[in-house]
Amino acid sequence: MSWETVIGLEVHLQLATRSKLFSGAATAFGAAPNTQACAIDLALPGTLPLLNKAAVEMAIRFGLAVDAEINPVSVFERKNYFYPDLPKGYQTTQLAHPIVGPGHLDIELADGREKRIRIHHAHLEEDAGKSLHEDFHGLSGIDLNRAGTPLIEIVTEPDLRNAEEAVAFAKKLHAIVTALGISDGDMSQGSMRFDVNVSVRRPGEPLGTRTETKNLNSFRFMERAIAKEVARQIGVLEDGGRVLQETRLYDGDTDSARAMRSKEEANDYRYFPCPDLLPVHVAPALIEQLRASQPELPDARRARFVAEHGLSDYDAGQLAADTPTAHYFEAAAKASGDPKLAANWLMGEIAARLNSTETAIAACPVSPAQLGGLLQRILDRTISNAIARQVFDALWNGASDADAVIEAKGLKQVSDSGAIAALVDQVLVANPKQVADYRAAPDDKKAKMFGFFVGQAMKASGGKVNPQQLNALLAARLNG
Amino acid sequence: MHDLTLAQMCHGLARRDFSSTELTRHLLERIGAANPRYNAFITIASETALAQAAAADRRRAAGDAPALCGLPIAHKDIFCTRGLRTSCGSRMLDNFVPPYDATVVERCAAAGAVVLGKTNMDEFAMGSSNETSYYGPVKNPWATDCVPGGSSGGSAAALAARLVPGATASDTGGSIRQPAALCGVTGLKPTYGRVSRWGMIAFASSLDQAGPMARTAEDVALLLQVMAGFDARDSTCLDRPVPDYAATLEQPLAGLRIGVPEEYFGAGLHPGTERAVREALAEFERQGARLVAISLPHSGLAVPAYYVIAPAEASANLSRFDGVRYGHRCADPVDLRDLYMRSREEGFGDEVKRRILIGTYCLSAGYYDAYYNKAQQVRRLIRQDFLDAFANVDLILGPTCPNPAFAFGAKGGDPVAMYLEDIYTIAANLAGLPALSVPCGLVDAKPVGLQIIGNYFDEARMLNAAHRYQLATGWHQLAPPALTETAA
Repeated sequence: MSWETVIGLEVHLQLATRSKLFSGAATAFGAAPNTQACAIDLALPGTLPLLNKAAVEMAIRFGLAVDAEINPVSVFERKNYFYPDLPKGYQTTQLAHPIVGPGHLDIELADGREKRIRIHHAHLEEDAGKSLHEDFHGLSGIDLNRAGTPLIEIVTEPDLRNAEEAVAFAKKLHAIVTALGISDGDMSQGSMRFDVNVSVRRPGEPLGTRTETKNLNSFRFMERAIAKEVARQIGVLEDGGRVLQETRLYDGDTDSARAMRSKEEANDYRYFPCPDLLPVHVAPALIEQLRASQPELPDARRARFVAEHGLSDYDAGQLAADTPTAHYFEAAAKASGDPKLAANWLMGEIAARLNSTETAIAACPVSPAQLGGLLQRILDRTISNAIARQVFDALWNGASDADAVIEAKGLKQVSDSGAIAALVDQVLVANPKQVADYRAAPDDKKAKMFGFFVGQAMKASGGKVNPQQLNALLAARLNG
Repeated sequence: MHDLTLAQMCHGLARRDFSSTELTRHLLERIGAANPRYNAFITIASETALAQAAAADRRRAAGDAPALCGLPIAHKDIFCTRGLRTSCGSRMLDNFVPPYDATVVERCAAAGAVVLGKTNMDEFAMGSSNETSYYGPVKNPWATDCVPGGSSGGSAAALAARLVPGATASDTGGSIRQPAALCGVTGLKPTYGRVSRWGMIAFASSLDQAGPMARTAEDVALLLQVMAGFDARDSTCLDRPVPDYAATLEQPLAGLRIGVPEEYFGAGLHPGTERAVREALAEFERQGARLVAISLPHSGLAVPAYYVIAPAEASANLSRFDGVRYGHRCADPVDLRDLYMRSREEGFGDEVKRRILIGTYCLSAGYYDAYYNKAQQVRRLIRQDFLDAFANVDLILGPTCPNPAFAFGAKGGDPVAMYLEDIYTIAANLAGLPALSVPCGLVDAKPVGLQIIGNYFDEARMLNAAHRYQLATGWHQLAPPALTETAA
C-alpha cells in the first residue's frame, strides 16, 4: 500500500526596506559586524520600538498578491526566549492577529495542471542577530547587524503533496515577491528561508505526526530535505515505529539531517501583546492605494507576453517568472523591434553565457539596448546569425555597440551580387572535381553536396556573405 | 535660598538676586552634607551641574532664558542621562552609562535646567518603600526611621529635605504619588501618553508614566509644561497639544463637581488619614465645589490585576539584562547558561526576582487565560468605572495612601501587605488616568496625601484644584522638623 506525503511550509522572507522593522538602522547585507545596530537593536535600557511603515506596506502588498484578507487591526506580540543574538530577550512578532489573513497561490504541476495552495496567514516579525562560533577560541561572537531586520513569515496550509510541489510553490512565491519588489529574494544571503513540515499517512487516513525541518535556504536543499525526511518517516513506520514530533536540522553540505529538539523540549514562549507598540490599524484607503499601485505579477506578465509579443506560452512563462529577466526582455524587445528574436537570444545565447559565468541578469555585460542594436543588424541582414554571435562576444567583452564592432572588424555582410558571383566562380574553379561529382550525382544526394560549396564560399568570405544570395547564385551556377 | 520654590527661584534668577551658579553651589553643598543622612541621591553630578549653571547664567545674561533656565533639579535614576551613570537602583546597571538622554532629560536640558544628580529609587521601580534599592534605602526626612515611600523615594525625600526644588519621577502603580504623600510634597502622574517614555527604563510599559514632583502644584505645573508633549520615538505617546498649565492655575473652583468614591474610605484606611482627607474635601466645598458620592465598584480588583499585568510585562522587559551586551556580568562564566543564571542571580535583588517569577508564571502556557487575560478584563472594568464616574464629576478625590510613612522593615516579611499600600493609586495606572498627590495634613507627625484623579488629559484642571487648595492651606509649606531644628 502506498504512502501519501503531506507538506506545509513556513517561509521567512526578508523585506527590502532600507531600515529595520523597529529602528532606523540600515539593513544592508555584508557590513562589518555590529556596525548596523543602533541603541534600539542593542536593546539598551529605555529604548522603544518604532514601527517601520514601509514594512507594513510591503506585507500588505504581499497579501494583495495572494488574494488574502488584510486584517484591519493586527497586533505585535512578544515571543520570549533567551539567546545571545536576541538582544531584548524576546522577538517582536505577530501571533493571534497577523496582518495578512487567509489567501492562496496557484502553482503549475509537472503535467501542466494548476493546483491551489492555501496560505493560512502571513505575519510581520523581526529577525534575530547571528551567533558566530568559529574564530573565537571557544567563545562565541555576536553580530547584531541582522537583529531587527523586517521579515514576513508566510505559513501555508498542509496542501502540498510532494517535494516537487513544494519547490514549485517556493519558486512561484519567489517570483511574486521579487516582482513586488518587497524582497531581493537572495537565498544565498538568507533573504528567503524555508521551514518544511512533513508527515506521511496512508491515503484517506488522518494526518500523521509531523516533523519540522528548519532554515532551508535553497530550492535544492528543500527538495533534498523533504525527500530524505519522507523516506525516513516511511522507513520508521514500515519498521513498526512511531514518528516523533520534533524539530530537525538539514545540512546541505553533507545531505544529512538530525533531530534538534523534541516536542517535550519545546520552549514555552509566553506570548503576550507588546505594550510598547500600538495595534496596527490599516485604513481601507491605504489598501486601495497599494492595490492600485501593485506592480505586474508574473502570471499577468506571462499572459501579456503571449498577447502583446506573440511569444509561446512556454517562452512567455520562462521570461515572465524572473522580474529582472522580464525587464531585460521587454527592453531588448523594444530596442530590437522583434520580441521573438529578442526572446530567442535571451533564452539561448545570453542565458547560456550568464549560466556559464554565474552572472545575474542584472549584471549582464550586454545591455538590452546593445542587444537590440545587434538584433537590428541581423534583421536588416547586415550580418548573419553566425557573425552576430561574434559581435555578441565582442559586446560581452566590453565593446560599446554592435555597429562599431561590425565596422571595426569588417563584418558587414557581402550582399553585392557582383561580388558574390565572383566568389562563387572562385569556389567552382578551385573545386572542379566536386563540381563534376555534384552534377553527376542523383537529385536526392545533391542537397547534402550543395552544403560543401556553401561552406567553401562562407569560409572564403570570412562568413560575411549574405547566405540567401549565396544560395541562389550557387544553385543557379551548379544546376544551370 | 533652598526653601524657595521653583517659581520663586525663577523670579530670583530673573531679578538677579542670585545666579544659577550660586544657587547650584548652595544646593550641592546641602546635598553633600545631607545625603549621607537621607541617601536620596545615587549619583551627585557636581561638576556637570556647575557647568550647566554657568552656561545658564551666560544664557540669561545674553537675554535668552527658557522656562527652567538655571533652575536646579534632579532626575530619578530611571531616566537615561548621556554620560552619567543610570543604575535604575540596581546592581545590574551599576556600571551602565547611557549613550543617550531620555526625552524627559533632553526637554529639561533644552529648557535650561541644571541637573544636580540622580535620585535613589526602588530597584527597577519595584517597591513602595525604597527598601529594594541596591544603594540602600532612602530615609524619610520627616522621620529617618521611616520609609520615604517608593519607588521615587529619592526624589520625594530630596524635595522634603530641601535638597532640590523640583525633580522628575515615574509612576507605575503609585511611585510618584505615594512617596509624595509620605514625604509631604506634591507629585503628578500624568495621563498615560502625555509624557514620552523614551529613555525611561521600563518596568511595566503599559503602566509606566513619567511625571514631575515639587513642593507646590505651581512648580509641578512648571515642570509638566516642559516634560509633556508628543515624541515620535515613543509609539504610545499621544500627539495632543499641551495646554498652558500656568494660565488656569488660579481659576476659582465654584461649581467644580468632585467625586468621592466610597471604596476609598473603607476598611484599612487610617482614621487619621481619613480625617485629613475629609478636612481637605471640606476646604474644596468652602471654595464652591460640590461633593458627589460615587462608586468605583471594581476598585478592590485593582491590586490583584496590577500584580499580574505589571510583573508579566516586567518579566519580558527585564529579559534584556542578560550579561551579554552591558550591565552586570558574572565573573568567569563557564558556559552560556552559567552566564545568564549567575549574572541575573547576582544582578537582581529579591523583589525584582519575585516579580519576574510571578510574571513568567502568569504568562506560561495553561495559565495565561486565567491570569493575564483575566487581569486585562479587570483592567477594562476598572477603566469603565472611571468613565462612568467622569460622566457626572470633574475630579475624583480621596486619600493617596491608607497610612503615613511606616518604619523600615515593618512590611519586610509580607510582600502583600506592602502591595496594599498602593491600593488607592494603582487604579489610575490601570486606567491610564492622570492623578496627583498634595499634602493634606499630618498623622502621627508625618505627612499624608490627598489624591486628585482627573479625566484623560485633564491635568490643567487637577493642577488648578491643587493650586487653589494650596493657596488656602499651608500643609505643603511644612518642612520636616529636623530641618528647622538643625537650622535653629
